[in-house]
Formats: sequence, structure tokens, C-alpha cells
Amino acid sequence: MKKLIIPASFASLEKIRDYFSRAAYEAGLDEDAVFDVQVAVDEAASNIIDHAYEGECESEIECSYEILTDGLKLNLHDHGKPFEPDKVELPDIISDPTRRKKGGLGLYFMRQMMDEVSFSFSGDGGNDLTMVKRRRPKV
Amino acid sequence: MEIKSTPLKHCVLVQVVGKLDSSTAPALSEQLKKITKDGNYRIVLDMSKLEFISSAGLWVLVNTQKACKRFNRGELVFSEVPAKIYSALDLAGFIHYYKLFKTTAEAVGNF
Repeated sequence: MKKLIIPASFASLEKIRDYFSRAAYEAGLDEDAVFDVQVAVDEAASNIIDHAYEGECESEIECSYEILTDGLKLNLHDHGKPFEPDKVELPDIISDPTRRKKGGLGLYFMRQMMDEVSFSFSGDGGNDLTMVKRRRPKV
Repeated sequence: MEIKSTPLKHCVLVQVVGKLDSSTAPALSEQLKKITKDGNYRIVLDMSKLEFISSAGLWVLVNTQKACKRFNRGELVFSEVPAKIYSALDLAGFIHYYKLFKTTAEAVGNF
């Protein structure tokens, strides 16, 4: 499958969502699952821009995917600062939103929307984020 | 994304058309700030044509709600929320803190 290599800017988000949507349809995911994938990759790419690259820049985000027998495995790669998911606090989703501390919601969305989310940092190679969305068994 | 705002007698109606993500959230934030700066704190956000929302978009709604509810001077309410947008609001734990109306007419009538 063709990789998408795209500048780390918020203007790229729509293209990233479209790229992975097509992949999700190709993997046979239903419309609701495709929407989940869109949300997850949007949050993932936004986090890369905000945290790994500390803002929009000319560096790139590399997107790729693999069709599995039971769904879709996708990958986002960046060359930014190492991301440490364990340091991200769980978001408050209980109290009044106007009293909440900002942050953590993106990662929470990713974990809720996808079946698997894993991060790895390879020294000079940057961050790899891999997520899996499985097809729901037909009832 | 397209934002249309219409001042009505008792509130301002804002319609968002398209996708609300990190690239479009600043424009909506600006527009809503302008509305509250002008002294309008009763806002109906018509979501019927909103196709996508990310956490960046959700924070815009939180900041606007903060400005509106300050000194009990008003409120931001939502109308015609599509199922997928509702799921995102629900997942973030927003549902109990915002008034949701089936129709925009009902939302406007609430003020």
C-alpha cells in the first residue's frame, strides 16, 4: 500500500483522516468503525504536532497501514521528541467540563475508539504509533 | 468549515458546517469569542451540519461555555446533534453538562 508522507501541520489533518478512512473501508470496516478511525488518527496526528514536534513545522508525519484478516492496522511515524504515554494523565470525564484541567482527552479518545494502541520510540528513528481496529463480528 | 451566526431576539444562533478539528477550531473559537465579547451569552449551536469533532473542537465548546455561564449571564446549548457527534460528546463526559435540543427552534425557544 502507498504511504502518505505529509507536513506536520493542522492543515494536513483532513488528508490524514481521508487516507486512513479509505484504508478502513478497504479493510471492510463499517461506517461507525471508519468514524472511530478518523477520530483516533486525528487525535494521534494532532498530538504529534503539538507534543512530538512542539507545534506546526516542516517536519513530516508518515502514515501507513496494513490490512489484517480481521481489520486494519495503522501506523503514524514522526521524527520528534519521544512520546511517553505513561506520563499523560487520565482525563477527567466526570466533573463539569468548565472546571476540568485540559489535556489527555486525545489519547483517551484513541484508546476508546481503537482495539489496540501502542507506542514505541526508536532512539534516532523517532516515534511509532500503531493502532488496530477490528471488524465487528456480524450478528 | 463554514460558520454562520445569526443574531436573534433572545440569543445568537450559530451554525457550524463541516469538520471541527485542530485546523478549524481556532476560527470557531474566534467567532464565538467575538459573540461573547459583544455581550451575547445566550448561544445556540446548531450541529445539524457538523460532520466531525475532535478534542480540539470540544475545548472550544468548553471555553465558550465558561464565558457564557460566568455570573449566570447565559448558556451555550446545542441543537440537532448528529449521532456520531453525540457519541464523542458522551465519551468525553459532556452530555450531562450541556442542554441538547432536538430542534433548533426548541433551543432558541429555551431562551
